[in-house]
Amino acid sequence: MSELPGDLLYTSEHEWLRREDDGNVTIGVTDHAQAALGDLVYVELPELGQDVESGGDMAVVESVKAASDVYAPIDGIVVAVNEDLADDPERINADPYGDGWIVKLQPSGDIDEGALLTPVAYQTLLDEEDA
Amino acid sequence: MGLKTPLYGKHVEAGARIVDFGGWDMPLHYGSQKEEHHAVRTNAGLFDVSHMTIVDLKGGRVRDLLRHLLANDVAKLKDSGKALYTCMLNEDGGVIDDLIVYFMHDSWFRMVVNAATRDKDLAWIRRHAESYDVKVIERAELAMLAVQGPKAREIAAPCVDAEWREQALDLELFTGMEAGDLFVARTGYTGEDGWEILLPAMRAPSVWDRLVAGGVAPAGLGARDTLRLEAAMNLYGSDMDETISPLEAGLGWTVAWDPDERDFIGRGSLEKLRADATRRRFVGLLLEDKGVLRNHQRVVVDGVGDGEITSGGFSPTIGRSIALARLPAGDYDRAKVEVRGKLLNVRIVKTPFVRNGQIRIDV
Repeated sequence: MSELPGDLLYTSEHEWLRREDDGNVTIGVTDHAQAALGDLVYVELPELGQDVESGGDMAVVESVKAASDVYAPIDGIVVAVNEDLADDPERINADPYGDGWIVKLQPSGDIDEGALLTPVAYQTLLDEEDA
Repeated sequence: MGLKTPLYGKHVEAGARIVDFGGWDMPLHYGSQKEEHHAVRTNAGLFDVSHMTIVDLKGGRVRDLLRHLLANDVAKLKDSGKALYTCMLNEDGGVIDDLIVYFMHDSWFRMVVNAATRDKDLAWIRRHAESYDVKVIERAELAMLAVQGPKAREIAAPCVDAEWREQALDLELFTGMEAGDLFVARTGYTGEDGWEILLPAMRAPSVWDRLVAGGVAPAGLGARDTLRLEAAMNLYGSDMDETISPLEAGLGWTVAWDPDERDFIGRGSLEKLRADATRRRFVGLLLEDKGVLRNHQRVVVDGVGDGEITSGGFSPTIGRSIALARLPAGDYDRAKVEVRGKLLNVRIVKTPFVRNGQIRIDV
């Protein structure tokens, strides 16, 4: 397993968040998640402007094997979606932390970092799942 | 921790993602399920199917037993090695299992049945074999490989001893032969040409290595499922089970009605259903909207009623989602499928979706 990017926050649902300079938050699924899903074949993205609530469904990623919900890790508004995934969902397999990003949210308040996982905490979670 | 085939070490070595399948630790894929799928359609892929149950039936009255036990008629098998695909039914006409039976010689038939149904199959076969004085011998010491794809036989041929190689390459479709300690059959579950090879467990790893060295791509259960779905081959437990008759699972063609007097188990129930105009259809679906069809999704036919997807997924060859579904009786060629609260458009298409590398439906 490759090393986790150190500049991201994570969730126990195997998603990552990047706090951008403009205050928005980019969200995707982790390398662990894409590997568990297998080859991605379809991504259902939310509408721009949609309100999302922390813990609620936000997008769906479907692989050859199964469909899996992508949950909003924070409250916010959808300000961008990765349109390239419509034609090329395997970007998530190839580059989960880069070209395979899924949604950008504008947070509707302060982000509670205590509810999210640091790279070290997420790595611990992965190690526990492997054990 | 589950049961392991003699090739488990090979799977781990090749970086397989291992999953439980009917109590067996089996490879799901070795990196990319889609690449494995394409390898089988365009070149050759290698599946470990050693988890499947091989059963030899021996006795002077074995043919009579099987003509009673199976819905297809082994009387059709006249030449040694010839195989038949058939269902084994209960008295209600429900499918206990689907299987391949090979005619070896007059007092010996060989069956290959599913792994997940092993216990009940063996119990059912033994129960009926007794009165025919037929011995039921499970061949757990044999491994089984499926090498499938347009190049499969050519690449696999050197694994057969020279003495039998030419004869093996000349095997007709759905026929097998003994070749030393191998049993080679021109059968499979992918819609491609190829062989299934039964061999002593001890030899399986070296034959595996030799095939991989020859350019055959190891392929897991994931690719096996998308390949068989494209070929519209049924999966036991998904497309049919003990509550479903072959007539509502697209397997009517495997039921041998002639001769009338052949009394196979389930015949009475099937005869009734055969005459029933409300009998459900079993069809192929092509998704016209974006998305992926999955097992158990509800199919809505306007003005007719609801049905259900029995096997759904993404077709790597077509690049669209396809499914097998059981739908209400009626004459219609369009329907909708409920996916996460939305109704998506599907078209009913004639199966198979894909055969011998070619897309066979209009897309």
